[in-house]
Amino acid sequence: MNRYETVFIMTPVLSAEQVAETVEKYRAFLKDNGASIGHEESWGLRKLAYPIQKKSTGFYQLMEFDIDPSVITPFETEFRRDERIIRFLTTRMDKHHAVYAESRRNKASQPKAAPENAEEA
Amino acid sequence: MADKNVRYLNPISIDTQKEKYCRFKKKGFKYIDYKDASFLLMLCNEQGKILPRRLTGTSLKFQRKVSQAIKKARHLALMPYVADNLR
Repeated sequence: MNRYETVFIMTPVLSAEQVAETVEKYRAFLKDNGASIGHEESWGLRKLAYPIQKKSTGFYQLMEFDIDPSVITPFETEFRRDERIIRFLTTRMDKHHAVYAESRRNKASQPKAAPENAEEA
Repeated sequence: MADKNVRYLNPISIDTQKEKYCRFKKKGFKYIDYKDASFLLMLCNEQGKILPRRLTGTSLKFQRKVSQAIKKARHLALMPYVADNLR
């Protein structure tokens, strides 16, 4: 059971509930393959640094989960098959990354204290 | 030699090389995150290229982490591959 983090971008032409439905689809895919979803974040509609498929904005979604490594390839073919997803990136989280994600989450949740820029965790 | 009669108020320190240090090691960074583009933008020049170690003085270990993070950020369109006016 490794810990992974996936960020994927959805095409901006989707309506709000289509976005929610897409995210729900992948959440369900992970759940029935025995994943425990750690943390989810939606960055909403963001401007892309360069146009992808002639579109300059996209819905970003972040998912953190623990899963068996053998499930990652079918998970990614799912992304490739779905035409609503224009870009995705799955990264394995080593211990430094996990600790960092933890601290990033607390920093985001607790009120905006002094934004100390030291990122060591 | 026009500047022979130019006298400087304090000696110009061209030769005294400021001791370079790896700011990641000094601050105790453990992981460079590919998601916060604003931090990574500081590490590339105005064309969006990754700054070399000889300018930033980072250690080899962290330069690899930084370049990996920048390439992932570029893949996710958080950072441009090529830009003309980044600053």
